[in-house]
Amino acid sequence: MSEKITGAQSLVKSLEAAGVDVMFGIPGGAILPAYDPIFDSRIRHILVRHEQGAGHAATGYAQATGRVGVCIATSGPGATNLVTPLADAQMDSVPIVAITGQVASAAIGTDAFQEADIRGITMPVTKHSFLITDAREVAGAIAEAFHIAGTGRPGAVLVDIAKDALIKMTEFNFPTAVSLLGYNPKMDPTAESIRDAAALIAESKCPVLYVGGGVIKSNASPELMKLAQLTGAPVVTTLMALGSFPDSHPQHLGMPGMHGTVAAVTALQKADLLITLGARFDDRVTGKLSSFAPNAKVIHADIDPAEIGKNRIADVALIGDLKATINALLPALQKVFMRSKPDLTEWWAQCNSWRLRYPLGFDEPADGSVSPQYVISRLGKIAGPDAIFVAGVGQHQMWSSQFINYEKPRTWLNSGGLGTMGYAVPAAMGAKVGAPDTVVWAIDGDGCFQMTNQELVTCALNNIPIKVAIINNESLGMVRQWQTLFYNERYSNTDLHSKRIPDFAKLAEAMGCVGLRCETKEDVDRVINEAMAINDRPVVVDFNVHRDAMVWPMVAAGTSNDDIVVARSMAPIWDSQEL
Amino acid sequence: MSTHTLSVLVENSPGVLARVASLFARRGYNIDSLAVGPTEDPNVSRMTIVVNVEGHALYQVIQQTDKLINVLSIIELDPVASVQRELLLVKVTTTPETRSQVLETVQLFRAKVVDVAQDAVTIEATGNSEKIQALLRVLEPYGIKELVQSGLVAMERGLKPGKSLQPDHD
Repeated sequence: MSEKITGAQSLVKSLEAAGVDVMFGIPGGAILPAYDPIFDSRIRHILVRHEQGAGHAATGYAQATGRVGVCIATSGPGATNLVTPLADAQMDSVPIVAITGQVASAAIGTDAFQEADIRGITMPVTKHSFLITDAREVAGAIAEAFHIAGTGRPGAVLVDIAKDALIKMTEFNFPTAVSLLGYNPKMDPTAESIRDAAALIAESKCPVLYVGGGVIKSNASPELMKLAQLTGAPVVTTLMALGSFPDSHPQHLGMPGMHGTVAAVTALQKADLLITLGARFDDRVTGKLSSFAPNAKVIHADIDPAEIGKNRIADVALIGDLKATINALLPALQKVFMRSKPDLTEWWAQCNSWRLRYPLGFDEPADGSVSPQYVISRLGKIAGPDAIFVAGVGQHQMWSSQFINYEKPRTWLNSGGLGTMGYAVPAAMGAKVGAPDTVVWAIDGDGCFQMTNQELVTCALNNIPIKVAIINNESLGMVRQWQTLFYNERYSNTDLHSKRIPDFAKLAEAMGCVGLRCETKEDVDRVINEAMAINDRPVVVDFNVHRDAMVWPMVAAGTSNDDIVVARSMAPIWDSQEL
Repeated sequence: MSTHTLSVLVENSPGVLARVASLFARRGYNIDSLAVGPTEDPNVSRMTIVVNVEGHALYQVIQQTDKLINVLSIIELDPVASVQRELLLVKVTTTPETRSQVLETVQLFRAKVVDVAQDAVTIEATGNSEKIQALLRVLEPYGIKELVQSGLVAMERGLKPGKSLQPDHD
């Protein structure tokens, strides 16, 4: 007969057994029993300042390490503060487990103090969720939660535990293996589908490897490189896939989508075959769906069968893990290429002409102020391809995707699907905890930064020396850009006045960080280098930049990718043969 | 749009119906009817869901539903190769003049009378949707005071079980 322990002890022992080394959270009434054994655990608990910070930190940790991130909060408001990061992680298929306390089981349904039906609230934004009211079920639920979050298409899992289930005595029974009747992710595509895919590739004269975040999730970058080399096809990497294929590689045409390169967007439009790897035909990539890649056949490789045909019908579906899928595709391709390999010379001539004629670029502001793109490109150059860059959401995010070269997977973290402003600081904190020897730069907007900067206190107190570059254009820049373009420059509620208030450098100092400011182009390198030299504390640099800078190219929402605009009122000039 | 009958085996645990309903609501799938009940295995419930979707969207409905962890299996039932039944209780106004006509209709449809009052009879009928609708059309002229109808329940014909409840690893 094994020793009796409390449900709370069972929870902490289960987290240890699941291999958790760190979790981010805040205690409170209902989760309090769990915090007693946490006090003695070898798991590092990082006390954040807001539960949203805990959730995004778990996400940043998971994205940087590939392991399951963990956050923990109490019932009611503690739990509801996790809703945004849960939705964020689920949209970007990031494996996190959120543990929440719940009021005692007898009080559930009575509108008790700090009661919220968090399982019900999060049902549409999680991969799965548990409500545990029996101490004996705690260990099994934790094992299942980690299994579900980390396998198949990764996602967010919530485990809500009633207070009495944490207090009551039980035996520790963490299962050695988890098997769920209704959950068996398919890892290997069928041989038939692999043959069909190889046949389509062998016929294609204008193929594009359309690479999504799934390649990073399945750690399939080496396999992707082999596939790119074998096919010789152009590669485009989506916002979630940056770093999965080196930006410097000659076959890389850049990022597709609303703010993608002309070459990447146009290559997809003109392709006769999309070799889609772990991407989901998001509206930000396809533009108006009915006019997206109109002449292309589609091979769609994804571990989630529900992605097949969701937005675009696939000619061949490869359902399985991407690493296994590409590994199966490589020999099949070698076989068909022995008979005939398509000549892509003409296709490459077209792709290269788009690339040469419409490279990414930006104008220096006429008034002598600093251009945000310049700051971001210098950050990329000085911090280099080994650093991790974590962006918020908006113009600075798009410029960071455009003007930094990503060479390795898991060096670019952002909130792609949900578009969560306020993601950067806490996610950078999580990434730095997961990769303490790596330089981690949060590149944030002045709007985003003001949503979650309280976690810099957490960073300062817990020796998590992240670096934050605030791209301060004193406005909600992306919204302002749309107002400029689509609302007759009527800037309703986008002026933040953040060059005046708050004083970001002073705010940073008040939170125990080093606060720096940069107002001229000449100072940019010096200030970045100064920040790079500080490793004992978090650093915040307030880069005052030109406020009218815009993100180009742009495909306006709801329009066709064929109508990409290179700069304001400037459409690409196509050769007649290209149209 | 066309209707499809889905037979879904789910874990018999709290919140499963909410998950399925939430998914259908969130993704904008139209449910024509939904019936839930126990199966021969006390750990498993069966949902019979009738959806109204275009041909291609059906694949999406099936895959998205199957993605729910508590959903053990989901199949579409072929109307020809399956038995499909609805239950109807309907209270019809009767007068001494019409009562015998109503009772004749009940017999023709192999329905039965389950309650009789001075000025009304309550009729119970089972059958597929077409039969139930036909019965209602015939009864309507007499005056329908109240009616209640179950969702469709359905099962494949023959010995073959809808889908094995036993997983590979058992």
